[in-house]
Amino acid sequence: MATTSTRKKGDRTDGAGGAGAPGGLSPLGWARWAWRILTSMRTALILLFMLALGAIPGSMLPQRVVSPDQVAQYYTEHPELAPWLERFFLFDVYSSPWYAAIYLLLFVSLTGCVIPRALAHLRLVRARPPKTPRNLGRMPYSARFTTDAEPERVLERGRSVFKRYRLERYGDSLSGETGYLREAGNVVFHVALLGLLVSLAAGYALGYRGNMLVAEGDGFANTLTSYDSFYPGVAADQDELAPFSFTLDSFDAKFVEDGGFSGQAESFRGEMTYKDHPGARERHHTLEVNEPLSVGGVQVYLLGHGYAPEFEVRDGEGEVVFDQPVPFLPRNGDPGQTSDGVVKVPDALPEGLGFEGVFLPTAQERTGEDGESELASVFPSPEDPAVTLTAYAGDLGMRQAQSVYQLDTSRMEELGASETLRPGDTWELPDGAGEITFKGYKDFATLQMTHNPGRLPALLSAALAVLGLLGTLFVRPRRAWVRASAGPDGRTVVEVAGLGKTESTANGQEFHRLATELRDRLREDPAADGPASSKE
Amino acid sequence: MVYQLAAETAAEQDLASFSDHLIIAMIVAYAVALFLFALEAAYGRRTALKGNRLVPVGAAAPAAAGGHGGEASAAAGGSSTVDLDAAPAPGAGGGTGGERDGDDLSFSVRGSEPQASASRNVLGAIALVVAGVGFVLNLAQIVTRGLAADRWPWGNMFEFVVAISLCSVAAFLYAALRYQARYLGTFILLPVVLLLGIAARWLYTETGPLVPALHSYWIAIHVSAAIVATGAFMVSGAAAITYLLSHRTEAKRAMGERVAGIAAKLPSPELLDRVSHRFVVIAFPLWTFAIIAGAIWADEAWGRFWGWDPKEVWSFITWVIYAAYLHARATAGWKGTRSAWIGVLGFAALMFNFFGVNYMFSGLHSYA
Ligand code: HEM
Repeated sequence: MATTSTRKKGDRTDGAGGAGAPGGLSPLGWARWAWRILTSMRTALILLFMLALGAIPGSMLPQRVVSPDQVAQYYTEHPELAPWLERFFLFDVYSSPWYAAIYLLLFVSLTGCVIPRALAHLRLVRARPPKTPRNLGRMPYSARFTTDAEPERVLERGRSVFKRYRLERYGDSLSGETGYLREAGNVVFHVALLGLLVSLAAGYALGYRGNMLVAEGDGFANTLTSYDSFYPGVAADQDELAPFSFTLDSFDAKFVEDGGFSGQAESFRGEMTYKDHPGARERHHTLEVNEPLSVGGVQVYLLGHGYAPEFEVRDGEGEVVFDQPVPFLPRNGDPGQTSDGVVKVPDALPEGLGFEGVFLPTAQERTGEDGESELASVFPSPEDPAVTLTAYAGDLGMRQAQSVYQLDTSRMEELGASETLRPGDTWELPDGAGEITFKGYKDFATLQMTHNPGRLPALLSAALAVLGLLGTLFVRPRRAWVRASAGPDGRTVVEVAGLGKTESTANGQEFHRLATELRDRLREDPAADGPASSKE
Repeated sequence: MVYQLAAETAAEQDLASFSDHLIIAMIVAYAVALFLFALEAAYGRRTALKGNRLVPVGAAAPAAAGGHGGEASAAAGGSSTVDLDAAPAPGAGGGTGGERDGDDLSFSVRGSEPQASASRNVLGAIALVVAGVGFVLNLAQIVTRGLAADRWPWGNMFEFVVAISLCSVAAFLYAALRYQARYLGTFILLPVVLLLGIAARWLYTETGPLVPALHSYWIAIHVSAAIVATGAFMVSGAAAITYLLSHRTEAKRAMGERVAGIAAKLPSPELLDRVSHRFVVIAFPLWTFAIIAGAIWADEAWGRFWGWDPKEVWSFITWVIYAAYLHARATAGWKGTRSAWIGVLGFAALMFNFFGVNYMFSGLHSYA
């Protein structure tokens, strides 16, 4: 087929650039050779394949970026295997050195192969159609007819019939080419891929991500210390965070009440007031799962929702030493959203107090598997909230950094467990250690803030890639020729030929239509210049 | 609203159960069409297909078709919108067959169309109609379900499968009418019926509301693009697999072996190869777009546009394989078996992305 043969002769050096290894070359020669190999298209494609293959283990094993808990769980389940996997960075595939190596090599390869192509294409865009071949009869499409019109007239007509083509006159013939947009689209697509790689890398390096839990009524100011966890990119400027702030005025979670989907989340909605910077005007935003707040180049997302029961604690001396809501984390996968948390009161006297608690949004007695009656939450919204607590007294070990969701009871003594507490209930601790009141609860939202400077460039590159792709795939580059020469009988012999340069142009319909049109027009009025104009 | 389901009207419930009945009707229609197509493939006569319409080349005759040539005479076949169909397939396969016409315009077309033939008989035409009926039922099922649930009707695996079937069948009907690709019927309806069976038996979910993460107009954009692309990839995959079978038949024939049964009556490999390529060309940009739309949505819903979620990873892998497929054809000039295998591989990745990822890995994308 024409397509294949023109490709094989190849105006491009696509193969594994000079695959034959050069014997006895200078270092420079070797470097050139290596560069040619690296920037050959085959290498780029192999690297791309490796990028995809390398992504597979990351999709099968738990990843720290996605779910650190599952990684920890994997460690407990496969204590032998896990450290080995760790050695190959298989829990951090996408930030591992080997993945970065593939990525960087691909980047270099793609740059090396795409940029010269783009430049070559720039030259090509301005090039004239090549010389008319001698034997037009060999073209995939060729037609021949005779006419009374003069050869010059034929070529003039040819110009108007083949007006979509860029035309060049060579002696007794016209040589035309069209469909330049395909090459252009191809270059745009490949350059856009480069742009995408760069934007992704820039986003990772310069951006940051942080998580934060905010209860109803609480505020947040964008400083490093306000975050529960913070993940800066390698080159992120942590001292210059955008100076915005906001308050979560209210938060509302709705769940489907009955039917087969009972308990499924229906909507989460947070009303917030925010400011771009301390002196700015206050504005409002309704935060929902698909409605992040965009402020100061940072996106604030709603990730999850939970309850923060409010406690007031009096110590053994009768002083109120604690009075605030404490976020309890929902148990994974529990349809009733049973939540766990701890209350730490290190300043209580005579001894520090600590509580481990369970919050049940809709508490109900039911018979457990062992036949004992137990308390469980049957619905995720707080229809009948209750708390059970276990109290400890002693040293909370607060001098060490510790999680706010865990109580270190190694130096504490258990005081006992409470009855089920409803809002307003107070539990008197044994031995006059104090008392704790469950005052009520608030909703809290888990939020994620991300700053990713690569977002817009990535989007732009992606959009360009799609446009370029459409050009590459659907524009059909083709060449056409018209030759007019005087025949033996005094009539002019006209030859028309066409060549589709890609797979999808093999067919001659368009050429045939144009050839026929040329023939018809010449027959209509062999001596005129155009339908409307008079004879010259 | 909280009481949405409780307050669901009787009409909505009727609609939901009507929609469920349609599932059965649609599967039956497809199965019957499949049966008839298989009969055609097995017992039809191998008939040459008309040239030039097999692949949509020059289909979009650019601009001004028939705008001039006021002189309508131009003798036989000389109208300005030329359909080469009209000319007795000019030396298909090469040679310089010529065709005298009116003002002695002679032309030759070489190497354009491989001689193509496929097994045909009247059952195939009936099958096509039945498949069309199945398509209408399928569409009705989706529409009624959407109305019953009062939302965009693809939010869970069951609904995805039904929608993918719709798109595959639509792509097939298009191919059948446009490129005479009726011979693909067996190969496309087989996976469709299987998928729908699996969906009805194991994936069925009653009509209901979506989780909040899916409350977005992006579901209409991202998921629709992915579903349409999947439908087109499915036609391409079916054609690629048929190609490989047909290629073997041809190889056996070349070795002098006798080939019997359906294998003997498969359409010619060149044709299948082209159809397969054509549908990748259609599906690939759509798939690219679907991935990008997904990234934009992920950016809105999860706070990052790319997070190496298993679904994202496998969409990417699928994309790379199909990109390699196009590359292999466009630049390496690979055709035939090697590129067909890449196509099959791509299709396998696509299916794995759909089933494997949803059931084997947990990620943000699991709505199963
Ligand atoms: C070394 C780098 C690369 C070079 C030199 C290169 C070159 C080419 C060439 C010559 C074409 C065919 C254009 C035509 O037929 O007019 C092409 C098409 C294409 N390339 Fe690349 N490419 C490279 C890397 C990539 C990469 C990394 C991808 C990513 C997936 C990619 C995706 C595509 C696609 C989708 C097409 C369209 C195929 C078609 O025309 O049917 N290329 N490329």
